Amino acid sequence: MSTRVESPEQLAQVEPARAPARPGGLGGARALGRFIRRKPLGAIGAVIVIAMLVMAGCAEWIAPYGYDDTIRGARMKPPSAAHWLGTDNLSRDMWSRVVYGARVSITVGFLTIGLAIVAATAIGVSSAYFGGVWDLVVQRVVDAWLSFPYLIIILSVMAVLGPGLLNVVVSLAILIAATNSRVIRSATLAVMQHSYVEAARAMGCGHARIILRHLLPNVTATIIILATIGLGAVTLAESALSFLGFGVPPPHPSWGGMLSGSGRTYMFRAPWMAVWPGVAISLAVFGFNMLGDALRDVLDPRLRGS
Amino acid sequence: MLRRYVAKRLLIAIPSLLIASLIVFTLPRLIPGDAVQLMLAEKAYAKDLDELRAKLGLDRPMYVQYFEWAGRALRGDLGESLWTRRPVLEEIGQRLPVTLTLAVLALIFALAIAIPVGVISAARHDTLADFIARSAAILGLSVPGFWLATLLIVLPAIWWGWRPVGDFVEFGSDPVRYVRQLLLPAAILGIAASAALMRLTRGMLLEVLRQDYVRTARAKGLAERRVVLKHGLRNAIIPVVTLLGTQLPQIIGGTVVIEYVFGLPGMSRFLFDAINQRDYPVIQGVNLLVVSTVVMVNLGVDALYAVLDPRIRY
Repeated sequence: MSTRVESPEQLAQVEPARAPARPGGLGGARALGRFIRRKPLGAIGAVIVIAMLVMAGCAEWIAPYGYDDTIRGARMKPPSAAHWLGTDNLSRDMWSRVVYGARVSITVGFLTIGLAIVAATAIGVSSAYFGGVWDLVVQRVVDAWLSFPYLIIILSVMAVLGPGLLNVVVSLAILIAATNSRVIRSATLAVMQHSYVEAARAMGCGHARIILRHLLPNVTATIIILATIGLGAVTLAESALSFLGFGVPPPHPSWGGMLSGSGRTYMFRAPWMAVWPGVAISLAVFGFNMLGDALRDVLDPRLRGS
Repeated sequence: MLRRYVAKRLLIAIPSLLIASLIVFTLPRLIPGDAVQLMLAEKAYAKDLDELRAKLGLDRPMYVQYFEWAGRALRGDLGESLWTRRPVLEEIGQRLPVTLTLAVLALIFALAIAIPVGVISAARHDTLADFIARSAAILGLSVPGFWLATLLIVLPAIWWGWRPVGDFVEFGSDPVRYVRQLLLPAAILGIAASAALMRLTRGMLLEVLRQDYVRTARAKGLAERRVVLKHGLRNAIIPVVTLLGTQLPQIIGGTVVIEYVFGLPGMSRFLFDAINQRDYPVIQGVNLLVVSTVVMVNLGVDALYAVLDPRIRY
């Protein structure tokens, strides 16, 4: 159900060296135009992602009501001009709740991916660079971690930590970090084959310099792709967790949470309660996936078409 | 050669399994509050709590509990549920068939959609059909299964008064209805997997169709159909088999939500309830079983990979 990187080995073969052109000035605008022409789906994805960011950032101004405001005399009303997406069983405006829900999704998504990428890079790069016993031990732990079905391991971790936004972030980040560290490790191994790494070593560069100046910049493309695709996976996983009651606790309007509990109890009488949050999740994940796909094609020409 | 390779993989799998078993054992024990507190609720005295803990063996040091548990698990004894007092293995055995049927049906669905669509998408590269198939695949990866399930329960009921969920029918009482009631949940479960498989089938086939021998096959006048299916697909299918192995944990993970939504009495639902009730032996038993299965399946997939592709030498 989550977005998967079809083949870690494939992603790992990201061709290093060629730095992507820096956006900025007229060149940036031209590059943007070319991106839209060549990757219309990616552009749609980007628009969805930007719309989500705006909704999350400016929820107070976009949403006509607060996410927990009860509106008198408007219990479970179907969508209308006054309430675009209808109202729920507690007389709250669904559109406002969906808008505020973007804030929860974006917060969880970006925090999780940020944490996961830092951890995955540290594990992946060090595992590849130092090799030996460290690599062996770390990789066996990652192996073990990867053989758990993701929802099962997260449920267990969430049961330990208890519900809450930060706990969702931590448990999802641990999981994503394990998967991504494997890909980053392979990418780093590929980069280390290049003679400039050997040259750096021969010139007497220290470990820190080789890792920071020679390895990291060349796995950046892989990391950016992993992060974008990971955002979709995190959004999906967070919604599933909240749906099962292990995610972001009410009254915070998490899309997954809105689909569980009252969303399910009243789904036959007020189907709009069960429809719109799901549309929001699907659109958000669709946007991240489209953008991630397009970025992969652009940043890594060798993977084009896969 | 193959035997040596499998033996080597098995040796690598053992430490992974050991570490996994440690995780399986430790995680539920970190859950705040224990089963004893839940069982005796608020009216318990500290003395009662301690007594029950001693009876259940929860008062001994953690490592003693681990070695005892691991030793018995190796002999096929997973202990008994703290709540029902019945052997965990027996409880799992009752529910496993539902989850297994669900997973296998989902895999069949996934393959039945993924391979034909992937082939068409690659053969008609960059046409409208390809565009639609690729967009549909990304959409399939984006729609949450539990929401799709909810919609498929709600909308037909509202529009036509038709409800897919009735009382659960056991395999023994009516095999046909047993399978039929699992079709819809399995299809939903299979959609996400099919999207990933389709994308890989397409990508691999495109790669293969660029090879020289495919040009040769075309040049000697073979029908396009034969070129794509015989020369292309056969060589493109190998990574798809590998992905199938990695899809398994995803599908099993997905059953947690699907069994919950459809109210199916499967193993994942059992685990979900056990987590809520802090039923350690059940949580550990189910997790251990799932992890060992996944490790073994991946081992099998690796071996299959070597058999399918004679170029691979280890």
